[in-house]
Amino acid sequence: MRTLGPLMIPLLAGCAAMEPSAPADHELLDGPIAGLSSEELLRFHRGDQAFNEEVFHAGNGLGPVFVATSCGSCHVGDGPGHPFTTLTRFGQADANGNQYLDQGGPQLQHRAVPGVQPESLPVDAPSARFLPPLNTGLGFLDAVPDAEILAWADEFDADGDGISGRPNLLQRKTYSPLRAGSVEVDGLVVGRFGRKASVYDLLQQTASAYNQDIGVVSAFEPLDPYSQEPQDPEVATTTVHDVVFYLRTLKAPVQRDAGRPAVVAGTAVFHAIGCGKCHRADLTTGHSPIAALADRTIHPYTDLLLHHMGPDLDDGYTEGIALPAEWRTPALWGLGLFPASQGGQYYLLHDGRAHSIEEAIGLHGGEGRPARDAFHALPPSDRENLLTFLQSL
Amino acid sequence: MRCWPLAVFLLSGAVASGQIDSTLLRGRATADTSGNRSLNMDAVYRRPFLTFDQVPVSLGGYVEAKAQHIGTDGVSDGLSFALQRMTLFMASSIGPRLRFLTEVELEEGGREIALEFAALDLELHPLFALRGGVIMTPIGAFNQNHDGPKWEFTERPLAAVRMLPATWSNTGFGVHGKRSKGAWTYGYEAYLTNGFDATIISNAEGRTFLPASRDNPDRFTESANGVPLVSAKAAVRHERLGEVGISTMGGVFNQFKADGLTLDRRRRVDVVAIDFNTVSQRWGTSVLGEWAWVVVDVPATYSQQFGTRQRGGFVDIVQPVLRRRVFGFNKAVLNLALRLGHVDHNVGRFKESGTVIGDEVLEIVPGLSFRPVPGTVIRLNYRIERAYDLFRDPPARTGGFQFGVASYF
Repeated sequence: MRTLGPLMIPLLAGCAAMEPSAPADHELLDGPIAGLSSEELLRFHRGDQAFNEEVFHAGNGLGPVFVATSCGSCHVGDGPGHPFTTLTRFGQADANGNQYLDQGGPQLQHRAVPGVQPESLPVDAPSARFLPPLNTGLGFLDAVPDAEILAWADEFDADGDGISGRPNLLQRKTYSPLRAGSVEVDGLVVGRFGRKASVYDLLQQTASAYNQDIGVVSAFEPLDPYSQEPQDPEVATTTVHDVVFYLRTLKAPVQRDAGRPAVVAGTAVFHAIGCGKCHRADLTTGHSPIAALADRTIHPYTDLLLHHMGPDLDDGYTEGIALPAEWRTPALWGLGLFPASQGGQYYLLHDGRAHSIEEAIGLHGGEGRPARDAFHALPPSDRENLLTFLQSL
Repeated sequence: MRCWPLAVFLLSGAVASGQIDSTLLRGRATADTSGNRSLNMDAVYRRPFLTFDQVPVSLGGYVEAKAQHIGTDGVSDGLSFALQRMTLFMASSIGPRLRFLTEVELEEGGREIALEFAALDLELHPLFALRGGVIMTPIGAFNQNHDGPKWEFTERPLAAVRMLPATWSNTGFGVHGKRSKGAWTYGYEAYLTNGFDATIISNAEGRTFLPASRDNPDRFTESANGVPLVSAKAAVRHERLGEVGISTMGGVFNQFKADGLTLDRRRRVDVVAIDFNTVSQRWGTSVLGEWAWVVVDVPATYSQQFGTRQRGGFVDIVQPVLRRRVFGFNKAVLNLALRLGHVDHNVGRFKESGTVIGDEVLEIVPGLSFRPVPGTVIRLNYRIERAYDLFRDPPARTGGFQFGVASYF
């Protein structure tokens, strides 16, 4: 014991240093944006708890039919989802709306609490599977003005570059406040979230996910997806708003090795073969009530518009005015970190069918076909540099 | 952050442990009056009890406290202190072969008060004794032998408390027996008790979690479904080789009927465990461990997030490195200790991707322990924990120092 005491004291004095260190910021998808006030950080923390820690079960509102038991189970580490959490939407084949709302549409709740039968996909219903998207940087995308998105729209390809993006115009939910600077087209607003850009804002996304994914009723979405009857809220309105705030204030993914020669060269290849026409590198945010989000240049590699992606990605199902083969350009930021939340491998495109970046590029058709063909024609070194660049995002 | 207060706590604990006035104790005994050599299953009766002249009741208890400075992936919880539990037990020899023993535990500073054991034993024959009351289920090694002062680690094994529901006890009846012959001792237990409920697959953990049923206070007064949990254990010990036990518990966990209406089919939870312990005659090294398998009938229409199979266990290796008079304690012992533990909360593969389901945790805990007397332990551990999420993404890394004291009183 005489030697034990002197050994222990320095050991204990340095115990914080002997705890596992935090992964580097650029290795993580989650975490708050820089510049939040202490009050905002507190609210971020509340939203984080509700998003990642609150698990629903039969005793606190789960289902009775559902897809997932918590927000965090679909978006592990705030990254994209996994085939296990992929959801199925069904019932709409064209712009005429969903014809299967009376049969459980638009989303299949294929799981159920014990004693209840889950939904099954109606025979012949058009459907598509949707991988939960990346959460990070959503607040920045939310703060991009409509005018900037519409400026890139070229529905009839007037400039002849083969790219004809267009917005998904939709009816705004009554509970969603109009975004500052929002542009209305014939009474419709510009959708920007979701695989089909069929969601206007993060409040709609959150309330809908609670309802359709977890089977939890809120003041915003009061109908139980199982009975289709209104029910008392199972999640507090303040909790929903805290989760929305959390999603808005998640940091944007940080690029790694931006100065590495292969990354620099890959960036040039990316733009040279036309990827950047849809996957736009630079967007600028406008006004935001959250100061840290306002007036920033961001690099999400998306234009938030719908593009026709060819027959390989036409599942026969759609939302809003989008055609079945039209998909909103997904943001590429964070792409290199996707495997860290997908069990160590890639599940890319809207339903995770692509298991590598090359495979995802190879499935680009329609407006993406010229870039795909150019990618396949690249010399091996350029192709390698392009992939290195994409993995650095 | 510096944690000098932890060092102060450590030193004060060492001093305090030397202040017990042993003359206050009238006598020390165990409540095991069978005369046979003990097995792991006898743990509740092999505790040090205080006996009093002219009083047919013996008393005992233990207290367990810790301080820790621990963090996960760079997020430190800092230094915190906890009174983990204080347990009081009382035994009474009502007659020559009739005895009663109870254990009441206050956990988390008194926030949780649990009746862990309250059973009446009537020994008709050494190999046939009746037991009734609140019974500690004989599953694995730890559940019945969980007293803090017996272990060299500040935390209970993850497999025992995060997969199996230690301390798991319930109301019921059964039989047990034990016999020694030559170098061998063998024993058995078999009980019918109230069992688990549907919270094992419907809980805030978001996984199949047997300990969720511990939160049901009604389990001591009524069954969740009218079907008893059957538990049994058989064990054999050789004086020199050590002890091996095999145990099982199983029953229906869901409420399959209500008011005469059939709601669901009967869904079972079944557990099988093996445990072992031995002490090297030559080196004094002790090795103790258990491994358990859990099978749960989760509805196929529920979520694969709730595992149908679980497995896990731990092994503790303790090596005395010093036995001598220290600080006036004549038979003080300093031990090196190592715990290795693993829990796979969800064994299987995803139907959607064919990939292996994660939800696993691994613990490696090296430590030092100092026992001034056999019933008191001061211990310093460094906890290394790796927790994998459902998809087996890079694990959450937890690490830090834990210091604790535990003592019978």
